[in-house]
Amino acid sequence: MPPRSLSDEDLRIRAPGGATGVRFRLRGGRGSFAIDVDLDVPRAGITALFGPSGAGKSTCLRMVSGLDRGRGEVHVLGECWQDDARGVFVPVHRRGVGFVFQDHPLFRHLSVGGNLAYGRRRAAARGRIDPDQVIDRFGVTPLLDRRPDELSGGERQRVAMAQALLAQPRLLLMDEPLAALDARRKAEILPYLERLRDDLSIPVVYVSHVMEEVARLADHIVLLDAGRVVASGAIRDVLARLDLPIADGDEGGVLVDGIVQEHDEPNGLSGLAIEGGTLWVGRVDRPLGARVRVRALARDVSLALAEPGRSTILNVLRARVVEVRDLGADRVNVRLALGDAGPPLIARITRRSLVLLDLRPGVRVYAQMKSAALVL
Amino acid sequence: MLSHADALAVALTVELAGLTTGLLLAIGTPIAWWLSNARTRWRAPVAALLSLPLVLPPTVLGFYLLILLGPHGPLGAATQALGLGVLPFTFGGLVVGSTLYSLPYVLQPLKNTFDGIGRTPFELAATLGAGPAARFFTVALPLARPGIVVAAVLGFAHTVGEFGVVLMIGGNIPGKTRVVSVALYDHVEALEYADAHRLAGGLLVFSFLVLLAIHSSRAAPKPI
Repeated sequence: MPPRSLSDEDLRIRAPGGATGVRFRLRGGRGSFAIDVDLDVPRAGITALFGPSGAGKSTCLRMVSGLDRGRGEVHVLGECWQDDARGVFVPVHRRGVGFVFQDHPLFRHLSVGGNLAYGRRRAAARGRIDPDQVIDRFGVTPLLDRRPDELSGGERQRVAMAQALLAQPRLLLMDEPLAALDARRKAEILPYLERLRDDLSIPVVYVSHVMEEVARLADHIVLLDAGRVVASGAIRDVLARLDLPIADGDEGGVLVDGIVQEHDEPNGLSGLAIEGGTLWVGRVDRPLGARVRVRALARDVSLALAEPGRSTILNVLRARVVEVRDLGADRVNVRLALGDAGPPLIARITRRSLVLLDLRPGVRVYAQMKSAALVL
Repeated sequence: MLSHADALAVALTVELAGLTTGLLLAIGTPIAWWLSNARTRWRAPVAALLSLPLVLPPTVLGFYLLILLGPHGPLGAATQALGLGVLPFTFGGLVVGSTLYSLPYVLQPLKNTFDGIGRTPFELAATLGAGPAARFFTVALPLARPGIVVAAVLGFAHTVGEFGVVLMIGGNIPGKTRVVSVALYDHVEALEYADAHRLAGGLLVFSFLVLLAIHSSRAAPKPI
């Protein structure tokens, strides 16, 4: 059956199973770009598509948007965008899909104001996104009369994100939005993205191969490799799994939530209350009581059976061994529960230490962490 | 100075070139857009067909147009049925002939321009809710403006300079189909070299100025 365009009435068809999140089942692409994925994305928060270059992340994103054609189905918040079995393929311009491209293109024949108006005047009259808030949040007002070629990379990216949101998308797709920026520009853009995550009421799919960004921004993560889904779920749960390849590398580690408990101004440190003790990190510019997310790398965590005495390591947390996984060579990953049965922590230690300390599930230990490595 | 007949020929040439250029842009732009975007197997044959005037002797094109548009040709029957009369040896016939003959000179720069824009601006426009027609008018045309200017100048200049098609389909009727290139030919035939020099020198200077303008604009591209 040939694909057909849909009327607005057709767009209201409910997705099978009454799913109201984002569901896509897609196959397609050729050679090293072939993908075969079946995913449910939660209806709120940022979902990261994470994987090495060539894992099919961008291909997947483009197929969901309709910019590239995959085979299968795409359902977004109760609307059917594609269902090959029924011959449905809604063209991109009628999907209400926001897409932030990696090289953040803008229309170079239009001013920044013209670029922002382009999607806004085509958008549904009322949407979930408040235009004034977007313009304010991305700080684009001073740029409105500028031409795109007069903008810095970071400014372009802010305009590109505001442009996408002003079109009132029902789903926002971001394809490595920070990849083309240097470290300083990245640091400049990340707070905007964090606010975006906290404000937005639409689902966001964020493609990246940089764990630092993903750990900072994402609520959910999908690990892709060679075009297939390796794992998916809440980012805390996925990062705490020892059976996934990401736990093995230098980037292996978990996310820990803490509450700002005290600031040690003279020494430039902040103390976070977490299960099992206090975590000292570099000064966090947040008020007491604020919830912060900290990334604890496995290679920065070491273990002791007795509480260490005087040591240069500030952070000593009570924990219990839950799982041990041999990484080959001379190293093992140990998953701990902070406190007694609290949130997870992963420690990377040598096999020799494992044997010497006779570490096995159930053993109580003290986990030591360098403070400098903890800041997110 | 130019004789009255030559001034008439110059005026007619400018009118013909202007009208032809307008027609060329009106039909050439959508065709070039299609050639740049079409993914059908018809793209190559259509491109080849429309490029024929680049390699055919103008007299061949003129000859076939004469037959097709003549009173017994299929297109001639159509124009008569539409009340346009028979086109050969009229100004209308000249416009049709020169439009076809100059089409590839307009299509080439237009298609190159559209190719150079790339897919991204159109993908961006689509995700912002612009349909195919909106993408053509709000993205393709404004971004292609420099190419459209070059195409218009080339189309105009090429029409001014044509001879073979004009002679075959238009003949040599003063004030109706006698353009500068034909008038020049007449002067040479009649050994009126002074008149011939005026027309030939004028065309030479005009052509050089046109090419100079195009090359200058390419050498120093301005931000759009």
